[in-house]
Amino acid sequence: MIGAALPAASILAAESETVEGWRLLLPASYDIVWSSVVLVVIAVVFYKLVLPKFQAVLDERTEKIEGGLAKAASAQEEAAAAKAEYEQQLQDARAEAARIREEARTEAGQIVAEAREKATAEQARITETAQRQIEAERQQAAVSLRADVGSLATELASKIVGESLEDEARRSRVVERFLDDLDAQTTATAGKGN
Amino acid sequence: MPLAAEGEGFHQPSIAEFFPPAIWFEGTIFEINRIQVVRFVAVAVLLTLMVIAARRARLVPRRGQNIAEILLDFVRINVAEDIIGKEKAHKYVAFLTTVFFAVLAFNITGVIPFLNIAGTSLIGLPIMLALWVYVMYLSAGIKAHGVGGFLKSSLFPPGVPWILYILLTPVEFLQVFVMRPATLAIRLMANMVAGHLMLVLCFAATQFLLIDSGNGALIPFGALTLVGGFAITLFEVFVAALQAYIFVVLTAVYLSQSVEDEH
Repeated sequence: MIGAALPAASILAAESETVEGWRLLLPASYDIVWSSVVLVVIAVVFYKLVLPKFQAVLDERTEKIEGGLAKAASAQEEAAAAKAEYEQQLQDARAEAARIREEARTEAGQIVAEAREKATAEQARITETAQRQIEAERQQAAVSLRADVGSLATELASKIVGESLEDEARRSRVVERFLDDLDAQTTATAGKGN
Repeated sequence: MPLAAEGEGFHQPSIAEFFPPAIWFEGTIFEINRIQVVRFVAVAVLLTLMVIAARRARLVPRRGQNIAEILLDFVRINVAEDIIGKEKAHKYVAFLTTVFFAVLAFNITGVIPFLNIAGTSLIGLPIMLALWVYVMYLSAGIKAHGVGGFLKSSLFPPGVPWILYILLTPVEFLQVFVMRPATLAIRLMANMVAGHLMLVLCFAATQFLLIDSGNGALIPFGALTLVGGFAITLFEVFVAALQAYIFVVLTAVYLSQSVEDEH
């Protein structure tokens, strides 16, 4: 740019005052003095005031952000713990329900078995009672039959043999013998039936 | 004022721009000229903005604080921590931040109306900045390795056949003790000087072509230089930030090379 400026300058106008180029590189004493002054002023204000204040604010912010992050992390942890606890409880409840159901099933089976047993026993008892009753009735019938059959047979025999059987002693003997035969026959039949 | 071309002639930009007449204390070491005043203004504005931003700094930042924090974080993370490493960077963040803000503030005055010259375009300020950096990286190296250790690690790079030290050691010596501060200062100053000269050239040409010449045929050329001046102004905003960034990055690199462990 300086090179470009020179031809233009030679055409157009002249510069009255000339300064040697080396002066650009060699500082004047006042230049050094005031440069030092301005730099010291800037350095003091920056080191003592501006930078510490900004540093403090930045540190505080970092702290706040880190604190917030830590809080969020702990909250998340708590939530995870609560969820785990809830799931554990749910699991426990499910296990408990299954156990109760199993117990109920077992108990029901027992009840059914017991009831069946009782019913069987009751049935046996009823059957036995009935048999006993039947036996008693049979015996009663046999007794009454014996009496009826005796008189009926006697009557019948009297009608058949007439007066020959008028004699009391003979008649009694004949009836007794007939009944004994009948009895033996009945016992034999009953024994066979049993 | 570079923009106020005097008389009918074309105001030719020259390095005389950087040596304006004294305002106060002429001839003493406390002489104050236009450029010193520009520097004072830059310091006042920078410190006012930063102190207000710091005073109002809250946990939840507002707009101004956000901008300040973006710049602070930029230096801390993208420069200090990326280059020096997270553990070691801590000690130098304040230094790097101060240097970055100072260079940026003095650079940007080059495109601010009525200031119109970069505080860093006069070599004194770049030299003092470079000296500060120089002292910082030398002392950091000596603190980390001791005088002998620092000289050994910087002048005798490890992993090189000893015969090469005949060549390398003088080069490294020049590099560490002369070239680094000199290039820091001159790069910054030269960029700002060149930028200022380009701006002056464009706007002085515009002034002459559009107004002073009174020649209608020159108006298109004047418009062209005006557009050029506009573009260069934007470019100089970019250069001001870029040079501040380069300055602080190189500073971080030098610090990093001083304190890094020997391999």
